[in-house]
Amino acid sequence: MSFELILAGVILISLTFYVLFGGADYGAGVWSLFARGPRALAQREAIAKAIGPIWEANHVWLILVVTILFTAFPKAFALISMQLHIPLSLMLMGIVLRGSAFAFRTNDVVPRTVSEAGAQKFWERVFAVSSVFTPIMLGTTIGAVASGGLTGRGGTFIEVFVRPWATPFCFTVGLLALTLFAFLAAMYLLLEAEENALREDFRQRALSAGGVAVLLAGAVFLLSDSAAPHIRDHLSHTVWGAMTMGLAGLSALVALASLWQRMYRLAFVCTVSEVIFIVWGWGVAQYPYLIIPSVAIADSAPIQTLQLVLAAVLIGALLLFPSLYYLYRIFKGATIRRALE
Amino acid sequence: MTDLLAARSQMAVSLGFHIVFAAIGIAMPLMMTIAEWRWLKTGDETYLILAKRWAKGTAVLFAVGAVSGTVLSFELGLLWPSFMNWAGPIIGPLFALEGFAFFTEAIFLGLYLYGWNQLPPRVHLAAGMIVAISGVASAIFVVMANAWMNTPTGFELSQGQPIHLDPIAAMRNPHAAGETVHMVLAAFAATGLAVAGVHAYWLLRDRANEFHRRALEIALLVGGIPAILQPLSGDLLTKDVAHHQPAKLAAIEALFHTEEGAAFRLGGLPNAERQAVRYAIEIPYGLSLLLYYDPHARVAGLDTVPRKDWPPVAVVHLAFQFMVMAGFIMMGLALWSGWRWWRGRALERETALLRALVLASPLGFLAIESGWVVTEVGRQPWIIYGVMRTSEAVTPMPGLWVPMITFTLLYGVLAVVVVWLLKRHIAAAAAASPK
Repeated sequence: MSFELILAGVILISLTFYVLFGGADYGAGVWSLFARGPRALAQREAIAKAIGPIWEANHVWLILVVTILFTAFPKAFALISMQLHIPLSLMLMGIVLRGSAFAFRTNDVVPRTVSEAGAQKFWERVFAVSSVFTPIMLGTTIGAVASGGLTGRGGTFIEVFVRPWATPFCFTVGLLALTLFAFLAAMYLLLEAEENALREDFRQRALSAGGVAVLLAGAVFLLSDSAAPHIRDHLSHTVWGAMTMGLAGLSALVALASLWQRMYRLAFVCTVSEVIFIVWGWGVAQYPYLIIPSVAIADSAPIQTLQLVLAAVLIGALLLFPSLYYLYRIFKGATIRRALE
Repeated sequence: MTDLLAARSQMAVSLGFHIVFAAIGIAMPLMMTIAEWRWLKTGDETYLILAKRWAKGTAVLFAVGAVSGTVLSFELGLLWPSFMNWAGPIIGPLFALEGFAFFTEAIFLGLYLYGWNQLPPRVHLAAGMIVAISGVASAIFVVMANAWMNTPTGFELSQGQPIHLDPIAAMRNPHAAGETVHMVLAAFAATGLAVAGVHAYWLLRDRANEFHRRALEIALLVGGIPAILQPLSGDLLTKDVAHHQPAKLAAIEALFHTEEGAAFRLGGLPNAERQAVRYAIEIPYGLSLLLYYDPHARVAGLDTVPRKDWPPVAVVHLAFQFMVMAGFIMMGLALWSGWRWWRGRALERETALLRALVLASPLGFLAIESGWVVTEVGRQPWIIYGVMRTSEAVTPMPGLWVPMITFTLLYGVLAVVVVWLLKRHIAAAAAASPK
């Protein structure tokens, strides 16, 4: 296996972690927006408690994706950031608003007056709305990378900077990303919920998000026929493609069924595997391209750089995984034990 | 406004915003950790309350620093795609290392902020120390990458493209050591003295307050020592600049004409059209002496550089002058505090010193901002000094004033909110602090 292929794999692995961890933090924000009913306040509190200690660490997976991308595949990074300037800038604004608003909301002094409590409510809302908006932009970007509009050729403003991403396909991928994040979050939150009523709230939310995700995944698949033919070919006509699609579908159905039956351990495993199969189904179908159709994985930085980055990744991983394990053991130990019992 | 100017402005706003939070993120963890360590050592609860209060403020500032740093890592490509395509393989590994350092920082900050009850005290203290160390490491990696833009090494040029890449040699570029030391010292000096100013303000109202007395001591220690070392580090860095970036040095000193026995100019308004400086106080032979320890040494002026390669002279000169002035005032304050402490005086009784600390508290951050103006504007018109022009690096995307204005407004609002929140925190802390 060549160095560039290994590093492309490292990027896909990091992106998977970002989706599973960071994505769920966005999903939690989505449920903060839809907090309804007699337990709305309890739902919001559970969400803030769940993501508080970990969201910043989870966020760094994205930074890792970007830095490895621009080091090992500078051509791909340059092209993505040039032609997808608009959705990426919008995504960044969402990232800034989401993180800042959450920090403002969580670390404000205890409100003493009505107007101060109003301020906290306002930040809660900004946090929630930007948690919905940001994943859509992230998914739109991924849709654009998959669908072949990033040619690097010149043209009018619309042709070069808008059309590659402003398509029904990309937007549907955006919605799929949002729904999957919300699905993951509801799944994690129901495991963390300490009282039954709250767990039922998140179970219902997980069921609805999981159901919508199946519909959206189907829509993405149908639209990919004309919008992302390279991906569609790969998924339909290779053993690996058919297998990942089948496993993603199977995971989705088992996840929903076991949620229905309140078999949470199985539901948890299947939710996570559904998301992994979707991300890897797309990621592997990109092969041999990093950006369809203009940048191949082989269009990488020279070998000296790749070796150095790989060494940094390996040493970094030795540092990172024990630290992450410790972080999660401290704050999520009880949840993880419950999930695996 | 041209797209190039819009892109440069957006980068300047983003960097100028982020650097404040980044600097605080470097220095605050050390201060929290010292306070917590004193608590463990002495059992004095005031130190514990102090560590928790500082941690609360750090949580907000670190979050804003983390998200604005994410924006910057994308903006490298959004605004300067050709630069990243060219330089990514050479300096990218530094950013990847920074990514891992930042990861460690975020993980252990989460443990520190939320783990007061879950972690054993010593482990909690160790988590704080890891945050402090990885924060400094992140800063070093990022500034090394910036140093490379000033003094690029680790490649050969073949028809405008880099070949024979050596990213390790790029890390060891001539400016790397000087620039990183200068920035890390600046972060500690600026944050430490700013925090000292806040607590000095409350001590002026309530001299017997143990909480603010201890806070002032730690803040002065963390800010003061770097403030004393900083002028020396700046002097060494300026000598590096004189050697490697003569155009930047000439702009810094507003030296239009090459001179033997060049004077050092204090203040003054340079006029690039007339190639003259007005209203400056000149110290004869000062510049030659400072740079080369020889009153008659030759200092290259802007006349050795083609006119099209000049950086904007007035901005760079004034920013440098301001930075140096701020640095000396901060060094003076640190020495003053140290001297009074050495003489066994209770600092909370030193009204004049406390007032001066309050007045000077924003100075460190203003100095950091002007220092970055010197580095970045002084490197113009190059993005990679002598290799690639900023105008060649900018994205072809039109209408860049739109994102520029949007991000400026966004950061403006966030800055106001952060100041408002911190004010409330400090007021609440003062109201509730133990006597």
